[in-house]
This record gives sequence, C-alpha cells and structure tokens, in this order.
Amino acid sequence: MGGWAIAVHGGAGVDPNLPAERQEEAKRVLSRCLHLGIAALRGGAAAVDVVEMVVRGLETDPVFNSGRGSALTRRGTVEMEASIMDGRGRRCGAVSGLSTVKNPISLARLVMDKSPHSYLAFDGAEEFAREQGVEVIDNSYFITEENVGMLKLAKEANSILFDYRVPVPGVETCSASAGSMVDNPLQMNGLPISIYAPETVGCVVVDSGGWCAAATSTGGLMNKMIGRIGDSPLIGSGTYACDLCAVSCTGEGEAIIRSTLARDVAAVMEYKGLGLQEAVDYIIKNRLDEGQAGLIAVSRNGEVAYGFNTTGMFRACATEDGFMDVGIWE
Amino acid sequence: MGWSIALHGGAGDIPYSLPPERRAPREAALRQCLAIGVAALKASRPPLDVVELVVRELENCPHFNAGKGSVLTTDGTVEMEACIMDGNTQKCGAVSGLSTVVNAISLARLVMEKTPHIYLAFDGAEAFAREQGVETVDANHFITPENVERLKQAKEANRVQIDYTQPVKEDKPQETSSGKGDSQIGTVGCVAVDGSGNLAAATSTGGLVNKMVGRIGDTPVIGAGTYANSFCAVSATGKGESIIRATIARDVAALMEYKGLSLREAAAYVVNNVPRGNVGLVAVSAKGEVTMPFNTRGMFRACATEDGYSEIGIWPSETDCVLPDPKR
Repeated sequence: MGGWAIAVHGGAGVDPNLPAERQEEAKRVLSRCLHLGIAALRGGAAAVDVVEMVVRGLETDPVFNSGRGSALTRRGTVEMEASIMDGRGRRCGAVSGLSTVKNPISLARLVMDKSPHSYLAFDGAEEFAREQGVEVIDNSYFITEENVGMLKLAKEANSILFDYRVPVPGVETCSASAGSMVDNPLQMNGLPISIYAPETVGCVVVDSGGWCAAATSTGGLMNKMIGRIGDSPLIGSGTYACDLCAVSCTGEGEAIIRSTLARDVAAVMEYKGLGLQEAVDYIIKNRLDEGQAGLIAVSRNGEVAYGFNTTGMFRACATEDGFMDVGIWE
Repeated sequence: MGWSIALHGGAGDIPYSLPPERRAPREAALRQCLAIGVAALKASRPPLDVVELVVRELENCPHFNAGKGSVLTTDGTVEMEACIMDGNTQKCGAVSGLSTVVNAISLARLVMEKTPHIYLAFDGAEAFAREQGVETVDANHFITPENVERLKQAKEANRVQIDYTQPVKEDKPQETSSGKGDSQIGTVGCVAVDGSGNLAAATSTGGLVNKMVGRIGDTPVIGAGTYANSFCAVSATGKGESIIRATIARDVAALMEYKGLSLREAAAYVVNNVPRGNVGLVAVSAKGEVTMPFNTRGMFRACATEDGYSEIGIWPSETDCVLPDPKR
C-alpha cells in the first residue's frame, strides 16, 4: 500500500456497436494520457499538477467530449465546463460556459489559484481568461464534423426522456420515441446510445506524498439548452477530492448532481469507514436509481478503483506497484 | 412529528450595534415570512411550494441579499442565483447569472419541472425565463442605494488588495467581508417539512459584494448551499468558497445517513468544522426537528414547529431552536 496511483476516463455510456477501430483509437488516447501522468508521477510531481496536465491532454485530443470534440448545444455551438480540486486543503476551481478557451481545465485551475472565487462562468469566465492570458481560439476550433452530424441526429431523435416532466408547447422536453430510429434500444440521457456522446473526461491521482486531486472537463450534453450546466463543474457532484480520496464522474449529469456522486464516495469512506472499492461499488449500486453513470477514484493509500452502471466506460488506470489497465467494457 | 419550518436572511458579521432602522425592518420581514410559511403548512401546502413561497417573499424584501436588495458585482450590476430541491424525489433546479428575473427561485423551480436539465445560467437562463413568461423587469429594479454604497466601500477597502491581473500568489485576494457595519455576506433560504416527513429546501442570493462578473457561489451548487433528501433539508449561508469545499448541505444529511447522527448533532458538527466566521445554516429533519447553527457573529433567522415553538433571532440565543423529540 502507498505509492502513487492514477486513473483517467473518457466518458461512460458507450455504444456496444462502436466500430473496433474507434475503440482502439480511444484506448490509444487513454493510454497515451495515462502515460503522461505516470511519467510525471515518477518524477515526483504533485497530484494537482498531474490531473491538470492529463486532462489538458484529453481536452486537446478530439476523440473525447471535452475541449476540441465537445458535444454541441442545440444551436451548434460549444459551451465547455471543467473543475479541479486539490485534496490538500480541499481547494477548488471551476468554470462553465467557455466558448473560446483552448483548455478549460487550466482556466479552472487559475480560478482556484489566481482569483478570489471558486467558480466563474460565461462572459465573466471568458474575460478572466483574457486577463490571465490563457490560449483562446475561435469557437469553430472545438466543433468537429462528426459532432455536427451527431447533433443533427440528436435533434431528429429529439427525445430527452424524463417521464416526470409535463410537456410544454414550444419547449423541447420529454416524451418517448427515438427507439424506432436505431436498432439499439439502449439510451443515455434520452438519446439512443449510437448517437450519444459519452460525456466528459477526467483524471484522479494520488501522488507519492499521499495527496489526492481530481479534475473533470466536458462539452456537456449533446443538444443541450444554451446555458445548461451539468455535473462536471460542480464540486461534490462531478469532481471531489479530500485527504482520503479523489473522484471524477461521468454519465447522466442530472443523475450525478442529484446524488452528489463524487462527494458521496468520499462520505461513505469517511463516515462509514468503507474502503475505496467498497465505497465505489456501494455508491454506484445505491445512489443512482434510474440514472446511469460511472466514476474513477483513488485513495491516499495508493489504491485505484472505478465503477459504472452504464454500458461501458472509457478508462485507464495504473499504480506504482506496476498494475495497469486500459478498458471500455466490464 | 408535525410540520416545521426554518428560514434565514443571511449569516455574517452582523454587528451588535446594528442601528434600529436597519434591524427593525429585517426582523419584521423575518416575522412576516415565517407567518406566510406557517400558514401555508397549516393549509397543507406541500413543502416544495412552501419553501418557494417563502423565498419569493424574502427575495422581494429589499433588506436581504436576494432579488431586490441583491449585492452588486464589481461592474455595479446584479447577478442572482437560486436553487430548490425536493427531498422525496431529489429533483432539483438551479439558476445563476440572472439580471432581470424578479423571482430567481421560481425560475429554478421551472428549470426543475419544465426542462430536462437541472441548472441553467446567464443568457440561457434569461432566455428560458422569457420562454416561460416569468415576471422580468429592468435590472435597475433590484439595485438599492444601500448596495451601491456597499459596493463603493468594498472597492475602497479592496482597491489595494484585489489586483488579480497581476497574478502573484502572495497577493491572492480573499473573499472577505468589508467589516464595515452591515453583514456583507448574505443569502436567503427556507427549509420545510410537513407532517408526513416530506422535505424541501430553497436558497436564493445576489452573491458577494464586488464579486467578479460571472462568479458563481455556493447557493446553486447542489450539496453545497442547498440540499434535501429523505433525511433532512438544508439551506446554508456564509462564505461561498468554504461552503462549496465543505459540501455543507450534503454533509449534514450524510452524517445523519451514514453515521446516524441526529439533525442537531450533524448540523453542529458541520458548522464547527468550518473556520469561524464562515457559515450558518437552517435545517429540518423528516421527524420535524429544526436547527439553526452558525459560527458567524449573527444570522438573521426564524423558525416554527407545529407544537407551537417559534423563534426569530439575529445573534446567538440560549437555545438554537431545536425541539427534543419526546420519542427518543
């Protein structure tokens, strides 16, 4: 026990029919980013620096839903969000509504380190980005052709399935349907799995000093309303780190928020004395009800764990004693 | 078991020397809002309706930092946020960055009930408000002379400290209260439970004086400033950053659920584990207990239970409004 550990994820809720070459490509990116983190940890880097660096790598690669390759709003634009938490002192930083910042996770870090606040959003966040001199680029950079196509399919499917909602004319809300359009009846967030963009990327790390940190970044939900904020920037929901552990979640944002998923993993460890894997399993089993999500976690003891109740989660993990795993399915 | 309700108008460095002309209207408002909430509970309105109703009243009152009377951003504008959560279903709704919506808490409820999402902010939230036809007004409606003055004082106090365009770690500005009289920290909130143990929480705020444009605090972050499940309902107030990192509202419920603490124990534990001067909260449990702990100098608060207990306060009192459960 002890030593460093790292886990990364590229989103939960994967199409079982995803072509083999797409699966390999995703695993390659995960592995590459994992190794970036491993090299830094071997060099004695601090957890909070490692998670930022690894998530930057994931944001820059268009394969996953964050930074370049983010899911599109209903208007076809990109609104990115991210958060980072340093278990050492439980400092945190978060951003939402970014449209030109190349690496949202780094802006979240700057909110934590260089502003008097914990969370900045939309115009205010964009302005802060310029004051800080971070790299900005036209919104079109983040939009991939593939996601433009996905947005079109999502609009055609046009079903966000929440059966407790009352349909209001003029607002695209609930009610069934899309099943007939695709062969696969599996759904995430009301979209057929074949056109769902698994939300989010994340990284959790415990460094050689036993300090934990977590970082999460996303473009959010395909076809989301303008201004919609999901779980990724919300401390306690999509991201959490304390002196016991660090957690990053992915999946149906609304389900993750309602169950404050990331905080709950730490809470059952802290208040019920569960071990890391026990805590992860307990939370995935008991806290999600109808919601679908996955998460990765590390503990200060150098353990790594993950869990999901979705069809698959893109993930990779490694520990100092040589364990390594890159996977998608159970 | 019976119904209970608690509400707050913000925790902070409320000076004992608060002049009568500033104290009286706030106490009157607390009394009035409590009465409205109690009447609704007696009329068997669901707690979710009750907390929304009470917070609307608090938002409309210009003496508290929410809705009309919201504190100003560094640009002199108003950016309001709010959050509501239903304990039974754990459905929730949140909004941030509102500048024209008269009652942010009602928009938060509409996000919860009329969209597939939980949280809408800034332009998107304002657009949704118009789609829903909620009451909107010119942004000037919310700005009070008191708050223009507060902003001026804050800028003067912080002029040397806050210079975040020159990022040097030692000079990192802190979220502070200006310490000049009135509490700079504020928020309003309400929690309620009915006789069947249905719980709900609602919180609303203008945020922090002189905050950066786009700053989001703890209020709309589920688990930080607002939370409700089948154990309890919590609304917190104080220093946003502290409340977020300590996941205050969620932790009260988590301690009850995972460690078996009582409402009062859980709330006291959470408040005591945050540095002094940072936080206050109101909470009710499914059993009808109420607690209103704070570690600031004061917290504008009020509570009542079906058994006939009621309290309105600003500074610490001998009891903190808790009914011992005779069955324990």
